[in-house]
Amino acid sequence: MSDIHTYEGAPEAEFRDYVALLKPRVMSLVVFTAFVGLWIAPQPIHPFLAFCAVLFIALGGGASGALNMWYDADIDAVMRRTQGRPIPSGRVSGAEALGLGIALSGLSVMMLGLAANWFAAGFLAFTIFFYAVVYTIWLKRWTPQNIVIGGAAGAFPPMIGWACATGGVSLESLLMFALIFFWTPPHFWALALFMKEDYHKAGVPMLTVTHGRAATRRHIFAYTLVLAPFAIWLGLTPVGGPLYMAVAVVLNALFIHGGWRILRRSEDQAQADGYGAERRFFKLSLYYTFLHFLALLVQHGMGTW
Amino acid sequence: MVMPLNNEHELHGRRRSRNVGLGLVLVGFVALVFALTVVKVRQGDSLEAFDHQPRVSILPRDEAAEAPAAQAPAAVEPATEEAQQ
Repeated sequence: MSDIHTYEGAPEAEFRDYVALLKPRVMSLVVFTAFVGLWIAPQPIHPFLAFCAVLFIALGGGASGALNMWYDADIDAVMRRTQGRPIPSGRVSGAEALGLGIALSGLSVMMLGLAANWFAAGFLAFTIFFYAVVYTIWLKRWTPQNIVIGGAAGAFPPMIGWACATGGVSLESLLMFALIFFWTPPHFWALALFMKEDYHKAGVPMLTVTHGRAATRRHIFAYTLVLAPFAIWLGLTPVGGPLYMAVAVVLNALFIHGGWRILRRSEDQAQADGYGAERRFFKLSLYYTFLHFLALLVQHGMGTW
Repeated sequence: MVMPLNNEHELHGRRRSRNVGLGLVLVGFVALVFALTVVKVRQGDSLEAFDHQPRVSILPRDEAAEAPAAQAPAAVEPATEEAQQ
């Protein structure tokens, strides 16, 4: 008898499954920070070229997301939050994700080179390599500092945007890097404190598991202290101004205060109020980057120092 | 149970979503490259590249040799080109 249910077990992918491989939510952060980096740079750039540059930076970020999903499919299948992703759910094969990731990497780098310049294109290629190979393949499963290394990959987009306009690196772009780089660890570790995902079962060393939750609290507070001077320093460069300074001072005071509260709590206190302080800190951290970069953008429109 | 052959399986909807999606992406890419070309050409950057024969117009500028010619009118330039050959 012919079987009309041949395909029922393995649902075919829809277009949106391939879009999901590119991690659109991560992409939105990349788009925003890359755009700000590009727009506030001293060299003016044609608006359409700016649009193309941001698009291809985002596509490069999406390509590295697909490569990450290809390599991490085994981890994603174990953790509840990621079980519905295209590869663990069987809609897209691992080989397809790998192919898509490599093809889009090549395309985005070449197109960025043609639209902007080859320094920015090389920088994008390095970022994809850093996220897909250095972070995902080499270090993520090996060290509890994986979050710090992953943060570097996330901190490159504003530098690439800046490089698209200026063709190089400068103090301002390095400080934008530092802003995201030192922000990422407290952001993710606060999440790790209250999400309690089974990274251990998946074989990913998380600071909360390897060094304990008290050590994680100390790390969070330490990073908020390290982060603040860089955020203020960025305000003293030519891209800064009174508005950015005001935003940076308020947000960093709040961030350090939040880190301090997390440090002073014991695990019992945190459990008693359902990780309220940790959740508030995480929410604040989302506003933290968004408002800093928004302030840079508005400051640029208002006129800088 | 009699099933008409033109009955559409849910699978076909998924395939259509892929086909239409990829089609739109490709059309969008063509439009993007065209617009990029228009913008690049209008910016007036050099469009010449190596064409299997050295040409003065794409050689790196020799500031020392150009210094006296800088004040001369532009029409003289073809003559200097011949003089170099």
